[in-house]
Amino acid sequence: MRDAFIRTLTELAPQHPELLFLTGDLGFKVLDHYIARFLRQFLNVGVAEQNMSGLAAGLALEGHTVFTYSIGNFPTLRCLEQIRNDICYHGANVKIVCIGGGMSYGPVGFSHHATEDLAILRSLPHMLVLSPGDLWEAAEASRFLVGHRGPAYLRLDKSYAPSTNLPDEVFVHGRIRVVRQGQDVTLAATGGVLGEALRAAGTLASEGIEARVLSVHTIQPLDVDTLCAAARETGGIVTIEEHTVSGGLGGAVAEALLEAGAPPRFFFRMGLRDTFSSVVGSQQYLRKVYGLDAPSIARAASSRLGVAIPALA
Amino acid sequence: MNATTPNGTRELAHRVRTHALRMTSVGGGAHIGAVFSCADILAVLYGGILHVDPTAPKSPTRDRFVLSKGHAGAGLYAALAERGFFPVEQLLSHYQDGSDLSGHVSHKLPGVDVSTGSLGHGLPIAAGMAYAGKLKSAPHRVFCLLSDGECDEGSTWEAALFAAHHGLSNLVAIVDYNRIQGIAPISEVIELAPFAEKWTAFGWAVREVDGHDHQALYTALAAAPFAEGKPSCLLAHTVKGKGVSFMENSVLWHYRIPRGAEFDAALAELEAHP
Repeated sequence: MRDAFIRTLTELAPQHPELLFLTGDLGFKVLDHYIARFLRQFLNVGVAEQNMSGLAAGLALEGHTVFTYSIGNFPTLRCLEQIRNDICYHGANVKIVCIGGGMSYGPVGFSHHATEDLAILRSLPHMLVLSPGDLWEAAEASRFLVGHRGPAYLRLDKSYAPSTNLPDEVFVHGRIRVVRQGQDVTLAATGGVLGEALRAAGTLASEGIEARVLSVHTIQPLDVDTLCAAARETGGIVTIEEHTVSGGLGGAVAEALLEAGAPPRFFFRMGLRDTFSSVVGSQQYLRKVYGLDAPSIARAASSRLGVAIPALA
Repeated sequence: MNATTPNGTRELAHRVRTHALRMTSVGGGAHIGAVFSCADILAVLYGGILHVDPTAPKSPTRDRFVLSKGHAGAGLYAALAERGFFPVEQLLSHYQDGSDLSGHVSHKLPGVDVSTGSLGHGLPIAAGMAYAGKLKSAPHRVFCLLSDGECDEGSTWEAALFAAHHGLSNLVAIVDYNRIQGIAPISEVIELAPFAEKWTAFGWAVREVDGHDHQALYTALAAAPFAEGKPSCLLAHTVKGKGVSFMENSVLWHYRIPRGAEFDAALAELEAHP
């Protein structure tokens, strides 16, 4: 997803001379092509995320479209107050980009895992929160943000689901993509873990359970209509995120459905529960440990529908 | 007054102080000692240094000003109102229900570029504005007024490193160096000395002045940048609560609200030495 983002930025930078890309000293090698072509639209501000975010606000107030870029929590939680006061309060045109959403950085350790970012950033007024699930969504979300004015957060995952877009499909921020049709249960996922949800849907289908799979690439604003339809038309909703279950996708969906008077028949949030991702391992391994791999998702959905799948027991 | 200093900055400083005294008294809040400390700096900036136009507060060619010590908002509001950015009568709505004049400075007011209040935010934003100006080769300058206490904040020094590395000679940081922070003297909390040397070591061109001497302030600020290719830092040696004897150099008057006999005495002192 990182490469899709950088490719898109490289493609659009010439048409957007006001665009500035700020990195907190990360992106070794992967930014070389962009830097070589657009040195005037690039700035390595050093390992100083508070300054990066304040600078970004100042640059944006002077008319620039500014991207800030770093790993995990560095461009978000480290400088949260600068994001709140300097960027959001002023409606500054700054796009905050985190690479390594969720547990992407696997064995690097919990410091590099972004597992509370969605909850925290979606609570900020004026903040758009995008969390694409596949490479097409990542590229299209990046393209959308270049043209959008105002604060936004883009969470990029190392993993990604297979792309399911139609050839002429148009990416609409704030509109959930139904990437698989089904009536028995809804699997609503955000980020690369969407791939696990799609695999789980395959397993469920082999047992006669047709799952609707939603790619919730925009957490804020949330597509309430598509969620209400899922609550109405399917047997229940499971939310899946590589993130704490507190306040992220699951929290947002629960709030929206309850307020809309459309509670699903059952509701279950899958994610980290009051825990740090402290186990050492690859992203795939950690998904298994923390119950976010396809078998765990299929098991959670089927058991709530009262169906036992022996192969998953 | 020396001929090179524009007329009226002393009168403006006097008005800033008396407005701020009334505003904090009526509103029941804010930081009168911190406002008095920088009233002369604000008066010299708005009385002669800053190229700003109250009829075009967002003009792209204006000089930018960031009040990083946002708790001195009453002082900036007063200076802006006196310069005609909004009616002077609006000042007394400070702290009142439904007002735009929050205790910490708000960009809802014409002439205010940036809302601040949390310390250590101003210099990074000002550095961003200065970098943008440099990209455009724009002639305007960016001024940022900091408290000494907010030099405890790491973000201030992150921005100081950045500004020097990029040679932001269009950026001027003014530090209101009154040596008293929120609840105690700096010498008892976090010593900043040798302060000028710190800024110099960070790559800034530094000058020191008496922050209540209008001629010295004007001469220094008009001369910025102090060195080619470097950001400028003006350490303004000030007295917290300057202008009212019982508020001067007093930790108490960071937060205390001037009311009753204290208000009357303070106003009498200000009026006696305009």
